Amino acid sequence: MNLLAARWFEFVATGAGIIILVILAAVAAFLIWEATPALTADISELQKISWFNADSFLAFVAPLIFGTLLASLLALLVAVPLAVSIALFISHYAPRKFAGPLGYVIDLLAAIPSVVYGLWGALWLAPVIDPVFRWLTSFLGFIPLFADYQPPAKNIMTASLVLAVMILPIITAVSREVFLQTPRLHEEAALALGATRWELVRMAVFPFGRSGVISAAMLGLGRALGETMAVLMILSPGTLFSFFLLKPGQHQTIAANIASKFPEASGVSVSVLIATGLALFVITLLVNMAARWIVSRRSDFSGAN
Amino acid sequence: MASGAVAGVLALTLSACGADATETTPAATGGSDNTETAAASGAIAGAGASSQEKAMGGWIATATSALPDLTVTYEAVGSGGGREQFLGGGVQFAGTDAALKPEEKEAAVERCYGGEAVQLPLYISPIAVVYNLPSVDAANLNMSAETIAKIFNGDITKWNDDAIAAENEGVDLPDLDIIPVNRSDESGTTENFTEYLVDVAGDAWPHEASGDWPRSGTQSGNGTSGVIDTVTQTEGAITYADASRAGSLGTAALKVGEEYVPFSAEAAAAVVDASPRAEDASATNIVVELDRATTASGAYPMVLISYSVACSVYETEADANNVKAFLTYVASEAGQAVAAEADVAGSAPISAALRSEVQAAIDSISVAG
Amino acid sequence: MAATTPLEPSLAAPSGLLASRPRLPRWAVPSTIGFSFALSAVVLFLADSLTIPAVVALTVVLYAVAISVWSLRVEGTRYAADRTATTVVTAAFGIALIPLISLLWTVLQNGARVINFTFLNTNMVGVYGEMTEGGIYHAIWGTILITLAATAISVPIGILTAIYLVEYGRGALARGVTFFVDVMTGIPSIVAGLFAFSLFTLLFGPAFRAGIMGATALAVLMTPVVIRSVEEMLRLVPNELREASYALGVSKARTIFKVVLRTAIGGIVTGVMLAIARVIGETAPLLLTVGLAADMNWDLFEGRMATLPVFAYRQYQQGGIGVDRAWGAALTLIAIVMLLNIIARLIAKYYAPKASR
Repeated sequence: MNLLAARWFEFVATGAGIIILVILAAVAAFLIWEATPALTADISELQKISWFNADSFLAFVAPLIFGTLLASLLALLVAVPLAVSIALFISHYAPRKFAGPLGYVIDLLAAIPSVVYGLWGALWLAPVIDPVFRWLTSFLGFIPLFADYQPPAKNIMTASLVLAVMILPIITAVSREVFLQTPRLHEEAALALGATRWELVRMAVFPFGRSGVISAAMLGLGRALGETMAVLMILSPGTLFSFFLLKPGQHQTIAANIASKFPEASGVSVSVLIATGLALFVITLLVNMAARWIVSRRSDFSGAN
Repeated sequence: MASGAVAGVLALTLSACGADATETTPAATGGSDNTETAAASGAIAGAGASSQEKAMGGWIATATSALPDLTVTYEAVGSGGGREQFLGGGVQFAGTDAALKPEEKEAAVERCYGGEAVQLPLYISPIAVVYNLPSVDAANLNMSAETIAKIFNGDITKWNDDAIAAENEGVDLPDLDIIPVNRSDESGTTENFTEYLVDVAGDAWPHEASGDWPRSGTQSGNGTSGVIDTVTQTEGAITYADASRAGSLGTAALKVGEEYVPFSAEAAAAVVDASPRAEDASATNIVVELDRATTASGAYPMVLISYSVACSVYETEADANNVKAFLTYVASEAGQAVAAEADVAGSAPISAALRSEVQAAIDSISVAG
Repeated sequence: MAATTPLEPSLAAPSGLLASRPRLPRWAVPSTIGFSFALSAVVLFLADSLTIPAVVALTVVLYAVAISVWSLRVEGTRYAADRTATTVVTAAFGIALIPLISLLWTVLQNGARVINFTFLNTNMVGVYGEMTEGGIYHAIWGTILITLAATAISVPIGILTAIYLVEYGRGALARGVTFFVDVMTGIPSIVAGLFAFSLFTLLFGPAFRAGIMGATALAVLMTPVVIRSVEEMLRLVPNELREASYALGVSKARTIFKVVLRTAIGGIVTGVMLAIARVIGETAPLLLTVGLAADMNWDLFEGRMATLPVFAYRQYQQGGIGVDRAWGAALTLIAIVMLLNIIARLIAKYYAPKASR
């Protein structure tokens, strides 16, 4: 391969990078274009929409943002420790004979369509979790978080648990891959110093894998923020700023709201929904900026620097 | 078994390209005019209300026997989406739970090459108040509109409340919380249900009629499947849904005049016949203004009417002929009977009087120029 | 996939220089488990709430406490911490397995009932009401076509972008691309669907529906996942390899092809598979753009297409026998992914560098 061909390849690769920027700009441009009618419309125009019950667009979208963030953060809170444990178990604890098939099953779960998670959550999990919620609300009901549970379990907690199960495989798969790449020399060095397995994990595996785990968590968060069908099929929605995690009809996520209102929407109401989609887009942007900042402080562990 | 074997053999022989689930065997079907259908060939597409989806599935599948050369597709994108696609020229006909708004009728003039929108009430479906009370052995609980309104407004919270007990003497009502479940998506079912409550329940229902549920903090489900699943899982839950989906759950008999009427296809058709037309109705714009407060004997007033919307003028002869042929089949006795089957859509067949009106409107569809 | 054997810290501590404290005997773990199990069974029996989940939960808690305390007394804090960590990791793994296994089991149980040759080989033409005929042939191929199209769009862009970022990217452009790839990762699927919808309806009219719309939406979702995992894999290729190659006078492009990509190919294939897995079950964007058809449509550029996720959702919404079909479609989808996975692993194995790290 001569020098010209080598340069040519660099141009192609750079071009691909630029295409990414173009695609993203196009997505943003189309969203803004489609959302503009709603953002500029007179408020009385918006209030003609049957489900638009707020005094301004911001007041309409704020509880949805709250619900989206609450559901995703709860899901992440449950999923990340579990996912890291599974990844660690597969990469450093399980006998090798188990590790392969286990990793395989986890990969498989990443592919289950969200509709199935929705079905599973609504038909299997909700009845199973019901006694747990009853117990929580009767013994810990004095804490507002757990007060006033009403069966069936179609509340934000159930939705978050299903979201957690949904993002578990993807976080696990990426984390496991990163843990497995821990330089052998680091591990051997730790063991040579007499480290226990836990110390090995803490000193060699975690520092090396941290940025990978964070980006895995971000991948999961991205999926949780935008997850539509599972939330749609499980949650009894409402648009309140409420921390009653077990009460129905308190929260709604942006994505599920779009899917639930889109079929009957036309004209300016489509614009309103796309504008909420734009808000979701902005949230993911902010979340990713924060994550990027965390990861960048840790980037000195990669092989190519 | 035999058909399974045939399908298996078919599948084997056609394994490279897949097989149709059913074989189309041309058979004479009563009610469709053969001279007209002979001209129908090609494809038309429809889109709209999901309430009609199952009935439409039945119509499309059985229409192939009367109209073997015609391919019809229907996408259940929702009423609003259907109207939008129809007015945008994307589909030849639409299904909608709400009649076209005035501005949409104006837009239809341009879409229909100077003609107008033809609106036909071809799908009449009773809405049932469905509850999960396995311990109650009465066939139907009797409920007045006030009781239903108070239940769904959260004013009656126990199944053994005096208001319910008074209407159901001799029924052993359990001491159980009532859990009202509503649709979380915007739907024609919710709109018709709330319209019923506004018209009949009086002060007991303080909200306006809307396709979107007016109260917050309630249990709800997405789509008919969502509410039915929720109620099936929860003892003491109550909802409103397309009557054909009630399954083994209990359904309420509504108070009409002095009697209680359980839902049935005949009772649903009766209220449509007893209702006046909308103000802007015409020979081709057959929009019914449901008289939900009717006291007519044997009428079941909680009904959803889903309209089929077509153009009075189409650009091509093929489109005009195809739409005419398909809607003729849908309006025919055979077509209506298909949708009325309990395992298809359980809808109420339109009456003979309404059919002749509808048929006249269909016959007026023509070609531009 | 270069799976490492977990390194076993040797249990027998060497005597001599490292003055070691005594260790717990080998029978400590099984006996503690047995003791915890017996104790929790008795306690729960007395409390009159003897259920299998309760016994298992209490056993785990009792075991974790008992083994940690015992270890702390005998072995000291370091080993106690190690034992606690092992218990916690294993227990967390067990907890996480419950939903995952119940999910797989539910799908398998409900799906296996309907799946047979006819189901896989028929479409839904002429099926209505409670007819038991009908199948998912058209949806299977629809899913495969749309996913392949999405892969064909996103994988070249993705791999090239990753190469650019790792091997060439310097300065503001590279930083910008990295940042926006992250942003793109967060694009919610429904937004990607709305984007494809507006793009194509603007170009081809409001009622335009085609498989390529869905493929575009999926490609938007898939590309950043491909970039991310390929990037991660390329960065893990040791710089020593690159430098050795340059030292031999090999050009940069050739080094990328022959050394970097070849070393990372296993990870890249896994990454692409994960990306496919990420999008193959997407429902919302396909619902908006591709819709559903009763018959097979081989043309990606014209007309509605059936896909397994949308088919499953819509069949579920129809209720009755549709719910069975929905489970069948879901199981088929999982089987397809499994097949892809196996193929990917074979490819990865074939291309993997022969010597282990």
